[in-house]
Amino acid sequence: MYSEKVMDHFMNPRNVGEIENADGVGQVGNPKCGDIMKMYLKIENNVIVDAKFKTFGCGAAVATSSMATEMIKGKTVEEALKITNKAVADALDGLPPVKMHCSNLAEEAIKAAIEDYLKKNGITSVSTDCNICCKKCDDFEHEHYDDEQDDGTEMDKCQRRK
Amino acid sequence: MTERYVYLDHAATTPVKEEVLEAMLPFFKDKFGNPSSIYSIGRESKKAIEDAREKVAAAIGAQSKEIFFTGSGTEADNWAIKGIAYANRQKGNHIITSSIEHHAVLHTCQYLESDGFEVTYLPVDENGLVDPEQVRNAIKPNTTLITIMFANNEIGTIQPIAEIGKIAREKGICFHTDAVQAVGSVHINVEDMNIDLLSMSAHKFYGPKGVGALYIRKGTKITSFLHGGAQERARRASTENVAGIVGLGKAIELAARNIDENAKKLMELRDRTIEEVIKKIPFVRLNGDRNRRLPGNVNFSFEYIEGESLLLMLDMKGIAASSGSACTSGSLDPSHVLLAIGLPHEIAHGSLRLTFGVDNTHEDIDYLMEVLPPIVERLREMSPLYENVKRGNKNV
Repeated sequence: MYSEKVMDHFMNPRNVGEIENADGVGQVGNPKCGDIMKMYLKIENNVIVDAKFKTFGCGAAVATSSMATEMIKGKTVEEALKITNKAVADALDGLPPVKMHCSNLAEEAIKAAIEDYLKKNGITSVSTDCNICCKKCDDFEHEHYDDEQDDGTEMDKCQRRK
Repeated sequence: MTERYVYLDHAATTPVKEEVLEAMLPFFKDKFGNPSSIYSIGRESKKAIEDAREKVAAAIGAQSKEIFFTGSGTEADNWAIKGIAYANRQKGNHIITSSIEHHAVLHTCQYLESDGFEVTYLPVDENGLVDPEQVRNAIKPNTTLITIMFANNEIGTIQPIAEIGKIAREKGICFHTDAVQAVGSVHINVEDMNIDLLSMSAHKFYGPKGVGALYIRKGTKITSFLHGGAQERARRASTENVAGIVGLGKAIELAARNIDENAKKLMELRDRTIEEVIKKIPFVRLNGDRNRRLPGNVNFSFEYIEGESLLLMLDMKGIAASSGSACTSGSLDPSHVLLAIGLPHEIAHGSLRLTFGVDNTHEDIDYLMEVLPPIVERLREMSPLYENVKRGNKNV
């Protein structure tokens, strides 16, 4: 059910670990739902020079964490904030529909870590919080039964909630 | 490390035994006659079906005319529950079941609720056992059916079926048991246990997929399941799956013959696995009753990791297993069985079910024990929940 790329990033995840004295740390998800992502960022001159993660979750959760950290390294904060869950999923050659919320979690983890960095540095928040759909299982549970769910659904819902 | 393939998911399905396959093969091509036909190859097929029926009956202490072949265990469950519910609707509309039934039972009960029936879902204790006294107390004047599974498919807990059967008989209420996981593994006698209906599925005991059976006690009022020809005494019309039925018959004959020997072997593998996993891996719990469980079932929860990841990594090492994690079920909720025995969601997500079969060996367990601890450790190293544990703060 997973693409080869997903399996590769799951079996050989890039950037697993923690960063001592990270400039930004973000954690999203809920153990009740079965997935938590914690992302650590090292940021110099507004550029993400290093990213590491720890994830409790399924194969897709680990793979999206791995891919997300790969994608944001070398990017500016603004560029990183523009990375969508769909971009992460696409980079993995897609995810099964029921696993799209995992990519959503990756997007949120990046945003939470950057938010933390901005806050620590007294920079005005670029309101990124979309925690509703990531913190409560119930909020997106119905989507797992939605046959018509496509790659964009989850994200669209998040944006509507903002 | 030697790479090998180890199948530890016999509760999902089992391979067809060689003798079973051999018994089935003639009925695909040479002996292809329709059992309803009057000429010789038709009669031959009919005879093969009746032989199989006798074998099934013998294995559970029933009479052969009380055995009805179906297309699956799920079909047998559907027929038993809907058949009794609708046939007795004038008498009452209340059904008693447990909260840890297979979905074939639970979803059938939910369907009946949508059609005006009332269902009591009994809770289970922390080991997954139904309390027979709670069954007694749940009985109402309008109760027409009690349906409690013989053994649970996830945690292997074996229910006090004889005690529940006794209560049902005393109160004159029909008692059905979904014995899909139990047939062929544990001794069953429908007379001693006062069972009125019992479901089974061939592929769980080394028979083919796509064939099951329902035992219906003589004199039980039940609606027909499929309407059409006169097959299965017009209760379940359809041209019979002759080869499948022959396979079921052969498989149950073999299972019944070797039941004690097989159980002993499986229990040895099971108990060794439980002991070693608990000794070698920290933060683990055994789900289900330690003793009242199927001979080949173990079910663990590993804290701080998620089941699907565990299954994927085991699969990469050639080990086939199963989990009650949400991620393996397509919903966000972990297994209803693990939640019913009181596990918090986060621990239920980290469950692993290993179910042994007659072909498994101690070498398989050696390999499992070589592979499993490092995988658990690796996933924990990746888990943000485990960080806190290592820092000495257990209350994440």
